[in-house]
Amino acid sequence: MIEFVNIEKSFFGVKVLKGVSFAVKPGQTVGIVGENGAGKSTLMNILGGNLQPDAGEMRLNGQPYAPKSPRAAEHARIAFIHQDLNLFGNLSIAENLFIGGFPRPSAWLPFIDRRKIRERTSELLRDLQLPYGPDTLVERLSAGERQLVEIAKALAIDAKLIIFDEPTTSLTARETERLFAIMAQLRERGIAMLYISHSLGDVLRLCDEIVVLRDGAVVGNAPASELPMERMIALMVGREITQLFPQRDTKPEEGIALDVRGVSQPSVARNITFQLHRGEVLGVAGLMGSGRSELARILFGLDPCAAGEIRLNGQLLNGLSPRERIQRGLAFLTEDRRMEGLCMEAAIADNAALVALPRFARGLFGFVSKKKSRGAVRNIREAVKLTASARDAQPVKTLSGGNQQKVVLAKWLLNEPKVFIIDEPTRGIDVGAKHEVYRLINELAARGTGVLMISSEVEELIGMCDRILVMRRGEIRDTVVASEFDRERILRAALHDKAPA
Amino acid sequence: MNFVKRLFLSEYLVLGLCVVYFAAFTPFTPGFASWSNLQTILAYCLPILVVSVGLTLVLIVGGIDLSVTSVIALASVVGGKIMSADEGWLAGSPWAIPVGLFAMLLVSAVVGAVNGVAITIGRIPAFIATLTTMMFVSGLAIWLTLSRKIGGLPSGFVMLGQNLWIVAAISGGAILLAHVALTKTLYGKWLYAIGHNPRAAIVSGVPVGRVTFFTYVFSGLFAGIAAILFTAGLETGNPEMARDNLLDVVGAVVIGGTSLYGGKGHVIGTVFGVLFLALVDNSLNLIGLNFYTIAMVKGGVILLAAFTDALRNRFMAGA
Repeated sequence: MIEFVNIEKSFFGVKVLKGVSFAVKPGQTVGIVGENGAGKSTLMNILGGNLQPDAGEMRLNGQPYAPKSPRAAEHARIAFIHQDLNLFGNLSIAENLFIGGFPRPSAWLPFIDRRKIRERTSELLRDLQLPYGPDTLVERLSAGERQLVEIAKALAIDAKLIIFDEPTTSLTARETERLFAIMAQLRERGIAMLYISHSLGDVLRLCDEIVVLRDGAVVGNAPASELPMERMIALMVGREITQLFPQRDTKPEEGIALDVRGVSQPSVARNITFQLHRGEVLGVAGLMGSGRSELARILFGLDPCAAGEIRLNGQLLNGLSPRERIQRGLAFLTEDRRMEGLCMEAAIADNAALVALPRFARGLFGFVSKKKSRGAVRNIREAVKLTASARDAQPVKTLSGGNQQKVVLAKWLLNEPKVFIIDEPTRGIDVGAKHEVYRLINELAARGTGVLMISSEVEELIGMCDRILVMRRGEIRDTVVASEFDRERILRAALHDKAPA
Repeated sequence: MNFVKRLFLSEYLVLGLCVVYFAAFTPFTPGFASWSNLQTILAYCLPILVVSVGLTLVLIVGGIDLSVTSVIALASVVGGKIMSADEGWLAGSPWAIPVGLFAMLLVSAVVGAVNGVAITIGRIPAFIATLTTMMFVSGLAIWLTLSRKIGGLPSGFVMLGQNLWIVAAISGGAILLAHVALTKTLYGKWLYAIGHNPRAAIVSGVPVGRVTFFTYVFSGLFAGIAAILFTAGLETGNPEMARDNLLDVVGAVVIGGTSLYGGKGHVIGTVFGVLFLALVDNSLNLIGLNFYTIAMVKGGVILLAAFTDALRNRFMAGA
């Protein structure tokens, strides 16, 4: 179907693809795995016509294939389903499907043949079992449904090869199942698929073949049956990670760091009460929309709190701005790194220093001591093990997801927080970086910081926490201590209305 | 290629362009390089530069201030109304000059504060907020004077705008102040962070509302300082003062490499941008082109600058 031959690509003089070669047979589903920065996205962007390779070539059904634009890729019947979906929320499903080329009643008339696109859209939606009319606005659909619209778009151009780039990150468990069922159907129709994901279990389940990339080179290429999970991880990181969750030897202290009593906000949180001790890692489990992220925003002062009390080391936080809460020792790693965590265009050093900046300023006019802030940034870079190749002045957006997350951690750690709320700290980052994040959380706890850790990965919470709160519909449904950790019990509390005894 | 690329990305690109332009036009433009003409250019540049620097701050924070030139007109009128020997409220009083200067700055800061409140508390887009204050303020300036110019300004005041050394000292001081604030202080660092990503700035504990508000006040104040220089230089309180300069000011800032999308820019770039536009303006004047032709050329230059900025961004992205 498609063959990559010695593809090379460099950015800023750094080689990100060092001669990648592999082939996809017609109708085959091939998984592509690798750490962030391994070159997966770059390779797919080349295939999709967004980037041009510096050397090497691609062959499509034996013919040379060198798309100069996404449109050219579309003409070659290759569809790209992006991580961040590329749909227009303000347009209807039908308009989204045909935005690349509206059919006309005749080649002479500059009008759109509405009836034709409606019919075709209805047909495609029926195929994918999406219960919407073609005129439904895309903004009314959930993330999972939008994903299906993207797939419909691929089918509308009669794609022979579909690229999925991290399709499940914003989907619920049920939507994910549905996506997989549809992928199975597509496979039966003989459509080849490239599947990129950090979720290695899904890759094993869906794919016929797996290609492992590391540092821009193919380090493994074998049928899925010959690549068990441990082997895949070992290939990806280039070393064996014996234990993903590092051991923490310290125990939580007696003192209470964060005291939350009866916090309520209509339709978001109901009577939330818990105590976070110094040196404790307290997990918050729950499905998307259970109120876990909303709770974090209320605690940090970004969203209003209608009732209840929040105290940090005994000091009442209610009514204070995020800024004032930060001054009292609160820190918050948001789930949305790009929109709220970082200034993507700004330099690494400026991002890392941002929170603690007032500490480096003196006098009436707030002169910032360059020496102090530089020194502090240098130390914190080392502490979070930011990749050594990154210069301080380099924009954050040039870093891989894992290194970006380390910059976010650095900027909060620099302010020496007493309570750190972390929301999805390992979302979209690779195994190596995950391990580093876990290590930093443990270090913080060992120094007496209270950590409130929100995550949708139950394994992660079980591996890291002293206790886990389970939320559902804005309420705490269950509290599980480490000795009783049980995946089933947590999932049950998160899923069902009935609270277990 | 590498050299071209480095030159292209350099902060001093515009200064280089100024030198090249000057060298290229001197042989064809009689009097371009004469001492008196250079003084003319400088005298024209400096007040414009002060406004442009204020606007640079606003653009870095991710906003826009269209009211700056109307603030100049209003402050000019207010100054005239107070100080004029013919019709001023304090005509002949020893307090006329200090009160006049204070009132000019105050009225400018107040307009800036109104912009700031509308944008930070009212959450009105900066474009609309400052467009409406521009309309209101320029209308007010004309209404106050019934569209007449005010003459008879005291000589102590006029000196502030006519002695080139004093003009240079005032504008140099203002520019230096903005440069230091931008590069050395907490305020400056916060300004860039907000311009890059206001939501991330809020989460990181940056007082986004306060910083944004004061940036518009500063923009007003810088326009007020420019109003003092203009009014004194032309010896009149004029309700239409600087009316045609708004796009020169915005254009100069953009030529200087400040991004309209916020988060990027510096005072030095703006200095070069103003200088470049002034050179173009002056040289075309000297070879006898009329106002409208010059406007067309300047429009083209600004478009080219915006295009260069877009190209730079693409280079930076590495594609």
